[in-house]
Amino acid sequence: MPDNEIIFHHSKRWKLSWLFIGIAIACLAFADLSINTFDPLAEFYRMLSGLLQPSLNSVSDPVDAFLQTVAFALLGVALGCISGFFLALLFRFKLVRISCALLRSVHELFWALIFLQIFGLHPLTGLLALAIPYAATFAKVFAEIIEEGDHRAYNAVRNHADFVSAFFYAQLPDLWNHFITYTSYRLECGLRSSAVLGFVGLPTLGYYLNTAFLEGEYSEVWALLILFYILIASIRYWIRPKLLPIYLIVAPFIISNDSVITFANVSRFFTHDIIPSPLRQNESIVSLWHWFSELFINEALPGIINTLLLTQLALVLTGVVALLWFPLISKLFVGRFGRTLGNSFLIIMRSTPEYILAFILLILWGPSMLPAVIALTLHNAAIIAHLMGRYSNNLKLRPDASHGYSLYLFEIVPRIYGQFLAFLFYRWEIIMRETAILGILGIATLGFYIDSAIADIRFDKAMVLIAITALLNVGVDVLARTIRNQLRLKTTVECA
Amino acid sequence: MINLQSASVNYENKIILQDINLHINAGETLALVGHSGSGKSSLLKLLYENQKFNSALIPQEYGLVLSLSVFHNVFMGQLGQRPVWYNLLNLVKPLSEPVAQIKNILQQLQLEEKLFEPVAKLSGGQQQRTAIARALFHDGKILLADEPVSSLDETQSQLVMSVLCSQFETIIFSLHDVDLALKFCDRIIGLDHGKIVIDGPARDLNRAELLKLYA
Repeated sequence: MPDNEIIFHHSKRWKLSWLFIGIAIACLAFADLSINTFDPLAEFYRMLSGLLQPSLNSVSDPVDAFLQTVAFALLGVALGCISGFFLALLFRFKLVRISCALLRSVHELFWALIFLQIFGLHPLTGLLALAIPYAATFAKVFAEIIEEGDHRAYNAVRNHADFVSAFFYAQLPDLWNHFITYTSYRLECGLRSSAVLGFVGLPTLGYYLNTAFLEGEYSEVWALLILFYILIASIRYWIRPKLLPIYLIVAPFIISNDSVITFANVSRFFTHDIIPSPLRQNESIVSLWHWFSELFINEALPGIINTLLLTQLALVLTGVVALLWFPLISKLFVGRFGRTLGNSFLIIMRSTPEYILAFILLILWGPSMLPAVIALTLHNAAIIAHLMGRYSNNLKLRPDASHGYSLYLFEIVPRIYGQFLAFLFYRWEIIMRETAILGILGIATLGFYIDSAIADIRFDKAMVLIAITALLNVGVDVLARTIRNQLRLKTTVECA
Repeated sequence: MINLQSASVNYENKIILQDINLHINAGETLALVGHSGSGKSSLLKLLYENQKFNSALIPQEYGLVLSLSVFHNVFMGQLGQRPVWYNLLNLVKPLSEPVAQIKNILQQLQLEEKLFEPVAKLSGGQQQRTAIARALFHDGKILLADEPVSSLDETQSQLVMSVLCSQFETIIFSLHDVDLALKFCDRIIGLDHGKIVIDGPARDLNRAELLKLYA
């Protein structure tokens, strides 16, 4: 017998994974995952029959729907990209970093709800709703790209050249391709966001989808969705560097409408609407406190609990499904034909915004957490599976490697697991932001209470709830970054 | 011109340079020799920190921007002498005046046919000559060069060394090739374990003496 027994230790990653699974199982006990509709199967068949005969007959102006969607996306992303670029240059200032984190943590749909109150249906509403959170995200990612770049040339000239010249000569050229890659990826996101903004009343695709859904016209829903997939899949054919300036010149004319911004509206919003009602009525501090604690206990707290429950469930399920899906596009597991199918499947899943997926599932299953969990999982798992599949294609295996599930379990998953966790934790904050948003559809997360407050024309409450949502997101972002650093997980910018 | 008194450099609790006393006069051509890790590059960096606003530098790792052309990389030597708008205009479309000047420099280094080639497409030796051209374009009288001919063949090394020596008034080289040091420099400083162990005029030193540093 050896003196000191050698004991097997599980890795940190292993323990952390089980911790998250444990939390998710505990969340299951408190989550409402019921199916509330009378006959989900019948509704499902009606949807399917719509898929078999897609039609645009009763959509009033399908061309305009797509033009608006593209124009808002292009302008919003362009504005975000340019302002984000300048913010990235200032990113060493803590104030800039914190402001960006806060602006980023408010979802574009919430921005749209806020601006709808200020500007009404003026195009500025959609434009700013996209540009503000996008600028903050661009700033963060561009700053990361600059930081990770090669600084030797820059350092060599900085001593005798001004900042602008040194930056444009010695830093930008080698980073240019990274900027372009990320910006074109964000344009795809921008198209999705722009489409979804229609659900709160802007004239983009979501507006028409919403109408078609509510009228049960599934043949129209499918026709619009299929065109949307084609639009996204064909981005690289219609976005050309030479055409871009023309698009950007034409786009403002497409989104312009005859609504006007009234100063009275703007000033009423800032000086009246968002002031907590006890202050507005000159009541005492005590009643302000009473107002706040009532809001916190009755609305914020249940909202926070449900948002957290849903986020943790969706996060773990996303991870599990992503691990099951990535072999679909991996050379190690599937042949060429299978990979093409797998790729199309993942493209459709990730091109469909969570919001629309949740909308569809909500019609099938009724309002509970179930449609939200599944929608978040399908969308996010498709993105992570896509990145993991590509990553696994670059693995070099020994010639006598095993096959089938032993290859999967012993050779591949252990090798990609670190990267997998990095991607998953990167999406944690994104999943939480979306979770809050799905509340607008009637699932009792923070978004539900925000949407109800706005519907009741109580913007003071809505603003407090939006601020709480933002802080929650920032908190998760910080936690995710700490975990990533602890486990030394590196991400690429592509999964932002 | 440069005066170091008992200078020391530590990095992560390791002594890189210790007790360096060095006085360099304007007009000197000086070589730092010694095996790798002896402190040559660190001493050169220290001297550059001292003189960074009026000297040209050829760093060991070149500091080139791979996606820009040779022309633009060389032009970076004079970024500070021109207004921002001129620099930015020249980035978009090479202007005739600097093109002519830079062509001239590249001719001396036998690199003129690569004028508008991206640096990423060049060989190691061609990249090194691009970094040398950038230093030549930098209108300074002082040059600090860290192994400027390490990737060049015998003939090219001789050519480049003589071009550099004719263009700059004061030069501090870091060199591992003692023959080049003896031929082109008038003062040689030998380093070992971060200390100066040899300091004298090149004419008083010989090859065998210097090679002991590498034993």
